[in-house]
Amino acid sequence: MSEAIRVEHLNYAYPGVDDTPGVAVFTDLNLTIEAGTFVAVLGSNGCGKSTLAKHFNSILLPCGGKVYVCGLDTSDEELLIRIRRNVGMVFQNPDNQIVANVVEEDVAFGPENLGVASPEIARRVELALKHVGMYEYREHAPHLLSGGQKQRIAIAGIIAMEPQCIVLDEPTAMLDPRGRKEVLDTVKKLNKDKNMTVVLITHHMDEAAQADRVVVLHKGQVAADGTPREVFSQVELLHRIGLAAPETVELCYALNQQGFRLPLDQPSIEECAQVLFNTVKT
Amino acid sequence: MEPILQVQNLTHTYSVGTPFEHVALDGMNFSVERGEFIGIIGHTGSGKSTLMQHLNGLLKPTSGKVLLDGKDIWSDKKLTRQARFRVGLVFQYPEYQLFEETVYKDISFGPKNMGLSKEEIDRRVREAAGFVGLTEDQLQVSPFDLSGGQKRRVAIAGVIAMEPEVLILDEPTAGLDPVGREEILANIQAYRRAKNATIMMVSHSMNDVARLTDRLLVLNGAHIAMDGTPEQVFARARELEEMGLDIPEVTRVFLRLQEMGLPVEPVYTMDQAVAALKRLKEGNAHA
Repeated sequence: MSEAIRVEHLNYAYPGVDDTPGVAVFTDLNLTIEAGTFVAVLGSNGCGKSTLAKHFNSILLPCGGKVYVCGLDTSDEELLIRIRRNVGMVFQNPDNQIVANVVEEDVAFGPENLGVASPEIARRVELALKHVGMYEYREHAPHLLSGGQKQRIAIAGIIAMEPQCIVLDEPTAMLDPRGRKEVLDTVKKLNKDKNMTVVLITHHMDEAAQADRVVVLHKGQVAADGTPREVFSQVELLHRIGLAAPETVELCYALNQQGFRLPLDQPSIEECAQVLFNTVKT
Repeated sequence: MEPILQVQNLTHTYSVGTPFEHVALDGMNFSVERGEFIGIIGHTGSGKSTLMQHLNGLLKPTSGKVLLDGKDIWSDKKLTRQARFRVGLVFQYPEYQLFEETVYKDISFGPKNMGLSKEEIDRRVREAAGFVGLTEDQLQVSPFDLSGGQKRRVAIAGVIAMEPEVLILDEPTAGLDPVGREEILANIQAYRRAKNATIMMVSHSMNDVARLTDRLLVLNGAHIAMDGTPEQVFARARELEEMGLDIPEVTRVFLRLQEMGLPVEPVYTMDQAVAALKRLKEGNAHA
């Protein structure tokens, strides 16, 4: 499998203001993300998640080490436009990402900037809006839509640029459960149908549980890395760094403290219920 | 004793007379007793924010009344102004509303507007900072140099410094990690205990409201769909799901266990779940 993103010995510190020293975020971070995978990045506030995401499309440049995106060195200014074409970003607040007064114009903004020809833009906008299930809203005003709908418009804007990678920085933090589900379903579909590499930064364990791989960051280092099952079963590690496992796993863990002997790698509701059923039945 | 807040036939319609006319609250009725901790849940568009803004007079009812201590807050200008101080409102993402040069100045903005003496303002700023766990040193820094979680605590302190009898918070823990969430929730409880304050908290986190509140109001389609203890409300888990609301995962696991034929009652907190399963296992061991 080819690599979508490779982070090599990344060193980054936010510059200090006036005489104050800078804040070091990464000293030596290494991470590889395979093309076509859906990776969730977890970590407590201040662990470097958003800082890392901003390295993926050259918003921030390494102080030391390298970040490669689709084989392109992000610190090479000549490659900037190619990098931005290859990696689309979606941020937390939907209201900060809408630029136009009509949904389809908003989605067209990205490809227009890339210099795509008009008929091709129209085709891409239509496909992108259909993909996120917002085609019927193409002539609506974005500001009258719900938060989940706005985020889907933002995602459609990225799809219309046809990047190889999409990086979402807590895209559901401001949404209600229904909006969260809409966005997550859209992202999963993008990964499955278009084979797009997805990097999802989130605080929600149930969202991370749907990824192929979970990377946990703590103080600028990878603290855990594996399938959701592998990572969530490390309950004590998660607690130590200020995170919690999904509630299902936490329940089994709490019961184990009371003398039960339950596996910690069964996070879905169905699996958890089955495990509990088997243990109390006998 | 008279309820601190009473909502009577409260109706609010946005953009009356335009094509965007929209009924956000439709004849709501409930009262709030002094010292209660109430959770408000409902999906986007159910009327939560509109309701909150009526409780301290930011929005005026299209019809119906809001009574504070038995008096209609719109019956007299003085009462409307009082409601703004006695009922404190913390909006979503309140850290975006910080504006002063120092944390101290930002927290003192509310009490200053109340026309209090300098000494009283100072006392309140320090006390409010204490409730949210800000240190003396932090009072002198720019709020923009703090982390997201700290900024939010500054914003909450700014409302607490007005010493509201009713503190209303719109999703105070949104976007924070588990540690940050616990801190904010502990801050709110500390304030409640110290002042015997009434708390109303809008939340999408069913775990938080299940654990902390005495009573839940479930809003759906501009109406109050349910009003009861967390136990009563979560016993209707299936209906909550139909309204597009999350239910605690432990509740879901227990609903599944019921379907599988285990004799369990519905639970909604981790402690209850652990206790119930322990009983079941021990019961089997003795049988």
